[in-house]
Amino acid sequence: MEKKGWGKLITETVKQQLIQIVGCENYDDSKAGRLVYSYDATPQFQSLPDAVIAPRNTKEVADIVKICNEHRIPIVPRGSGTNLCAGTCPVEGGVVLIFKHMNKILEIDEENLTVTVQPGVITLDLIKAVEEKGLFYPPDPSSMKISTIGGNINENSGGLRGLKYGVTRDYVMALEVVLANGEVIRTGGKLAKDVAGYDFTRLFVGSEGTLGIITEATLKLIPLPETKQTMLALYQDLEAAARSVSKIIANKIIPTTLEFLDQPTLEVVEDYARIGLPTDVKAVLLIEQDGPHEVVERDMKRIAEICQEEEATVQIARSEAEADALRTARRSALSALARLKPTTILEDATVPRSEIAKMVKAINEIAAKYHVKICTFGHAGDGNLHPTCPTDVRDRDEMERVEKAFEEIFAKAIELGGTITGEHGVGAMKAPYLEWKLGKAGIEAMKAVKQALDPNGIMNPGKIFAKSERKRVVVTR
Amino acid sequence: MITAKERAAIQQQFQANMNEDELMNCMRCGFCLPTCPTYIESGLQESHSPRGRIALMKAVVDGLIEPDEDVERSLNMCLGCRACEPVCPSGVRYGHLLEEARDIIAQNKRYPFLVRIIRKIVFNGLFPRQDRLRLLTSLIGFYQRSGLRTLVQRLGLLKLLPRHLAMMEHILPEVPTWKEMNDRPKQLTPHGIKKRRVAFFTGCLMDTMFMKTNDATMKLLQLAGCEVVIPSNQVCCGALHGHGGEKKQAKELAKRNIEAFEQLDVDYIITNAGGCGAFLVEYDHLLKDDDWAERAKAFARKIKDISEVLVELNFHQTKLKVKPQVVTYQDSCHLRNVMKVANAPRLLLQAIEGAEFREMKDADRCCGSAGIYNIVEPEMSMQILDYKMTQAKQTKATTIVTANPGCLLQMKLGIEREGLAGQVRAVHIVEFLLEAAVESGLLEEREKPMNESVRKTS
Repeated sequence: MEKKGWGKLITETVKQQLIQIVGCENYDDSKAGRLVYSYDATPQFQSLPDAVIAPRNTKEVADIVKICNEHRIPIVPRGSGTNLCAGTCPVEGGVVLIFKHMNKILEIDEENLTVTVQPGVITLDLIKAVEEKGLFYPPDPSSMKISTIGGNINENSGGLRGLKYGVTRDYVMALEVVLANGEVIRTGGKLAKDVAGYDFTRLFVGSEGTLGIITEATLKLIPLPETKQTMLALYQDLEAAARSVSKIIANKIIPTTLEFLDQPTLEVVEDYARIGLPTDVKAVLLIEQDGPHEVVERDMKRIAEICQEEEATVQIARSEAEADALRTARRSALSALARLKPTTILEDATVPRSEIAKMVKAINEIAAKYHVKICTFGHAGDGNLHPTCPTDVRDRDEMERVEKAFEEIFAKAIELGGTITGEHGVGAMKAPYLEWKLGKAGIEAMKAVKQALDPNGIMNPGKIFAKSERKRVVVTR
Repeated sequence: MITAKERAAIQQQFQANMNEDELMNCMRCGFCLPTCPTYIESGLQESHSPRGRIALMKAVVDGLIEPDEDVERSLNMCLGCRACEPVCPSGVRYGHLLEEARDIIAQNKRYPFLVRIIRKIVFNGLFPRQDRLRLLTSLIGFYQRSGLRTLVQRLGLLKLLPRHLAMMEHILPEVPTWKEMNDRPKQLTPHGIKKRRVAFFTGCLMDTMFMKTNDATMKLLQLAGCEVVIPSNQVCCGALHGHGGEKKQAKELAKRNIEAFEQLDVDYIITNAGGCGAFLVEYDHLLKDDDWAERAKAFARKIKDISEVLVELNFHQTKLKVKPQVVTYQDSCHLRNVMKVANAPRLLLQAIEGAEFREMKDADRCCGSAGIYNIVEPEMSMQILDYKMTQAKQTKATTIVTANPGCLLQMKLGIEREGLAGQVRAVHIVEFLLEAAVESGLLEEREKPMNESVRKTS
């Protein structure tokens, strides 16, 4: 399961060259120093890098990449290591690049409504900085307090506000990227319109570090909405909650947030957050709407009616503090589920919004079929659910069943017109399943892009494209 | 240095004794990272974060790495403030993992001769023996009062010490005399109607070096309507031992304290030092594999911080006032993160007329005192303190209130470092509350405590 360190990829000469670039204080190849960059938030993936390097600027990144390219040393760019697809686990060793020095907000442009940042900026710091100026950066992954913008861009992160505002991809306007050959390119610009050639910006967003190293980004901002309201709808029937989601959207209302939590998830979250979440209901929807006061009032009233038609009880948050506590609690759901068992396996199969009730039903049936416990929460409004299985990696028999259950969930998602991953990425974890979604020709086309930009395969190798056909989610041997 | 043989022994004991379920409970989400002072101050080094440290401990258990100097360094760098615990959605009890790991390393590593001697004196010779602590405190008192101190200062001998240690000498409180320390009350009656019967945990340093704080605590308990029992056979709580890798000693002390308190028939056992309180409240964990487990549980259930009992008895609704001043509060990490007491002290402070309470940014972040951390890791400690003082200054407070002796000394050190002596003072919350009680006439003149004035810098 856990790979030991790889053979010596970095010779003494190469090491000295790298130190020459960044200084010895920014080059670490001690055992402990490498160990703490051998993982991310994905269970069961760990692999030691050969060195950890902290470049201070784009030039240093380019110089490092040139050396690595020459010597075929893998490079894994890493933000705060919160991703959930083993995207930053150095599965083939090599160099982990960290961006602790490249963490500045370079400019907030109030005329063009953009912000330009270095990759190491913490997402929440960026959000706060622009909000001080009455501007809004909507993508808010649950890990935003910890995650970096560079990580968000590479993983194309979503978040709670994705339903109305979209995901990271929808806010990236321009990038500075160091390519595998060490060349630095700039894509896009502060432009509302730009059709000059291929849309490289979009190509790099969500590329998981497999095509180049992002060293700077210009992001789109929008005006901060005037008001916001938050509501909890409580259900005694899981599928009624899921039906409400589709109904709300069918009624032509797009709430900011439309989150789903089932009873087991509510229990653990309440156990952690202690904010008085109901634990005696089968499911809740956390619903938010923002915008001009009248619109918010009208939408929330209509949403409440729709939920009540599905037998829900509705509670409106009385203050921003209460609303924030609810959002924070929701963001902790995954980690809180880790309370239940030593190992927590999480997925993010996604279906069209209209199919959400069917998906919830299927997940429960599959869990029963394989005798595994599956707790479900997620961005219901996006059709993006996170069925999560608390288990124990030491229980081989159960792990096999978990594996089969998740395989079936993937198959079901695709059958419903969905995808294997909505926002967590492919990484090393879902690489074996990518072909299910893309087909053989699709994979070949993607590989051709990879080959063109990174012919030596040094950019985060082992991610997105599976080495073997053997499929696995959780069981490795 | 850790020799190869020591490493092997440490690794073997990690595998045998570290709680594997607890290690696996960390799902590496990183929610702890933004709360970890050493992660922040080290420039976001994962090896100085809780997630990183847990990964290192687990890697030693898994045999992925050896417990070398870098691993030890990472564990030593931890303040043990436990700010990572309340924010951990998975509920990992990091503090317990750290304590176990430190104990294993300390018990298997041969320290240099001088360190061994010092550890033996401190852990075995001094802290478990209240009489010796009194003697030491008397010697400090002699130094402070006899003119020796003036002489030392005149001769500039303090310059021989590192800067932060020289300053430490400066910020020590005016200690009580031998006679005062040996004349301690055993039982006190409530002022007015008796509402509770409580026992007071006096602590070792608190009842010598910080005796005035203890006196103020007992006075407040009486004012709030408590009958107070002070068993004389109680001993040091053992926190210093527990955090320093001397778990066996800590257990012995715990047992002596349980014996001293369990027959008293009291509602609560009151503490006034977050560091001690947090250790006492976890005696059940310390003795979980022992015959004493049940008795430890009963003891731990009774532990309550002074500010909590005062709020419970509505002391904040009595009329309290002080001279107009801006006040801020620095949380004691262990009081907040382990005893989960954060509101009570703030409620009390906000209730005082004349005290304008201003919350400082990151009041819940460690001040860098952390037991003896500021002595053994001065560089990181002072870096953390400087951040703290920047935040404290932002509030423009002239009174910084804390709830633990270590934090109190550290804040005093911070005031000295900033050159604010004479303008800003640091006080323990009970002393401030007593000041308010005196000011508002709740206490008679003769009962007034000996208020420690802000000492001028020389």
